Amino acid sequence: MTAPLLSVQKLSTRFHTPRGVLTAVNEVSFDVRPGEIFGLVGESGSGKSVTLRSLTRLLPYGATIDGVVLWQGQDLVGMSDTAIRKVRGGQISMIFQEPMTALNPVLPIRVQITENLKAHTDLDSSGRAARARELLDIVGIPDAARRLDEYPHQFSGGMRQRAMIAIALASNPKLLLADEPTTALDVTIQDQILNLLLDLRDDLGMSVVFVTHDLGVVAATCDRMAVMYAGRIVETGTVTDVFRGPMHAYTRGLLGSIPRSGTERSMLLSIEGTPPGLASIPNGCAFHPRCVFASDICREKRPDLRPLGPDRAVACHHSDAVLAAGSVLA
Amino acid sequence: MTNVILSTTDISKRFPVTQSVLSRLRGQHRLAVNALNGVSLDIIKGETLGIVGESGCGKSTLARCLVRLHDCDSGKVLFEGTDIGTLNGPARRTFNRRVQMIFQDPYSSLNPRMTVRQILAEALSVHSMRPKAQIETRIGELLGLVRLPPDAADKYPHEFSGGQRQRIGIARALSVEPEVLVADELVSALDVSVQAQVVNLLLELQDRLNLTVVFVAHDLRLVRHISHRVAVMYLGKVVEYGPTSSIFAAPQHPYTDALLRAAPEVDPSRRTRTVAARGELPSPINLPKGCLFHTRCPLAMDRCRTEIPALRPRGDGHLAACHLDTLPAKATP
Repeated sequence: MTAPLLSVQKLSTRFHTPRGVLTAVNEVSFDVRPGEIFGLVGESGSGKSVTLRSLTRLLPYGATIDGVVLWQGQDLVGMSDTAIRKVRGGQISMIFQEPMTALNPVLPIRVQITENLKAHTDLDSSGRAARARELLDIVGIPDAARRLDEYPHQFSGGMRQRAMIAIALASNPKLLLADEPTTALDVTIQDQILNLLLDLRDDLGMSVVFVTHDLGVVAATCDRMAVMYAGRIVETGTVTDVFRGPMHAYTRGLLGSIPRSGTERSMLLSIEGTPPGLASIPNGCAFHPRCVFASDICREKRPDLRPLGPDRAVACHHSDAVLAAGSVLA
Repeated sequence: MTNVILSTTDISKRFPVTQSVLSRLRGQHRLAVNALNGVSLDIIKGETLGIVGESGCGKSTLARCLVRLHDCDSGKVLFEGTDIGTLNGPARRTFNRRVQMIFQDPYSSLNPRMTVRQILAEALSVHSMRPKAQIETRIGELLGLVRLPPDAADKYPHEFSGGQRQRIGIARALSVEPEVLVADELVSALDVSVQAQVVNLLLELQDRLNLTVVFVAHDLRLVRHISHRVAVMYLGKVVEYGPTSSIFAAPQHPYTDALLRAAPEVDPSRRTRTVAARGELPSPINLPKGCLFHTRCPLAMDRCRTEIPALRPRGDGHLAACHLDTLPAKATP
């Protein structure tokens, strides 16, 4: 097995609010291997985006991070602010959900790309100009020379997302962190952007951590995945394994909640209730109030994430029963 | 046909773009967003008609025209054969009662300063659904119907989660015992697990109360799940229209085909690496000539650039607006 590119060990992120400490991410561990697309899936409030931002410490003032994020032999959590600034936006780039708010509205795209080239490469000004044009070509923005001088509002949603990807690629990153990059886009445009990300992974050999709430997007793009619930990873595995044989009741319910072909107008296998707020995470297994498999032990003891082979782990007391109940896809 | 409850004949809606005084003085042509460009649909009693399309295709405008939140610029919306644009006074109020709308955003469609009891009591008393003494019991029944606890009545909307708020919206719409529900992106703002609950509730209520539902959504998987028939919209026009099974099994319009291939299936073994549709939606201010989809269509011919294709029958109540009689076999299986 190849050594991981990024290794996250027992990462916890806490926010200190006037109403007490909220633990948004709780002892999350995972590895990202070279050239793979790793999906982090969960519903709103599950901590998937905070996990992603914690990797490069891109969090509001007052948040504390514990644990280890191992990147090329260095721990990003303990690194000095100056040192992490070199990594962030350099070897590790990030793209966001809202391209309109993530881009600077008062600067033309050219300035926003060359800004990054200046910070993370040693190209001279003509080299930067050429590279900026090349980057727009790579991400599939036609008529690059003219569009470089346009402002974000002159771009459509899909083109803005492409421009943001171009900025992220400017530093030749080894790892791209993608936070719901296609959620705000229409389905045909989403399809274009997902294919672009897959092509870039193949051509540039970079790894991607892909945060999304859409299991369809995970099925279409990711190699391995982790499902998050209430700040913890409840299940990990290769995408095929998890979709074929979910071992956590939450994953199974999530898969069952999505309408599929062949079951039109039947009742969906839904999950009762709503995800818990961070201030009121249930004792024991956080999922037990919504779980059809729950028993006494689930109410008392929190299940650990048990490894079940090199690529598979699950945090459920009744994983055998869940597996036996079967996937809706199988 | 007698069982058509609500229908539209060639309706159009334009929203003028605000222009500067200067450009108006110069006598420049007034621009407008062409939201609907001649939509004709029939909604059959008891069915669910899904209306699907990407943002800007006019699906929400169509929903609003159906309940007369917008008046159409041309064409008619007929409810049981009567043009709803001509309804006045009590007749219009009856129409409003019988055709109800549920909105997308559960945060802005409920008055934050009214309790659930007040919201429901208002609907019940405006339409004099029940004598005053019975309103209390009816509120209890309605909350039970959408599976909210009885103590929900005295809470304010902000005390509920998104899914619960959508249930309040459904309860409010059902309180006046409508025959038609127009649901505009009912579950789009909700988490997946909560979406499934609301979809299940809608299916169950439809059976129980014999409702006709117009389900407007951008999510193909949802529309396929819920609808008997589907209308696919592109740039303010219906490009394909017919029974759900035949549209999803054998789309006859290249746009539907692209939409289906672009929507990620929840099955990792069915991955493809081909881009389903090139380019982006043209501006609804300057519509393309001919077929509206020709700018993105992989099969466009010269004829498509000049001649607007009409909705033609493709058998089994299936209609498609494409010059091609059949789509060529797909490049990818």
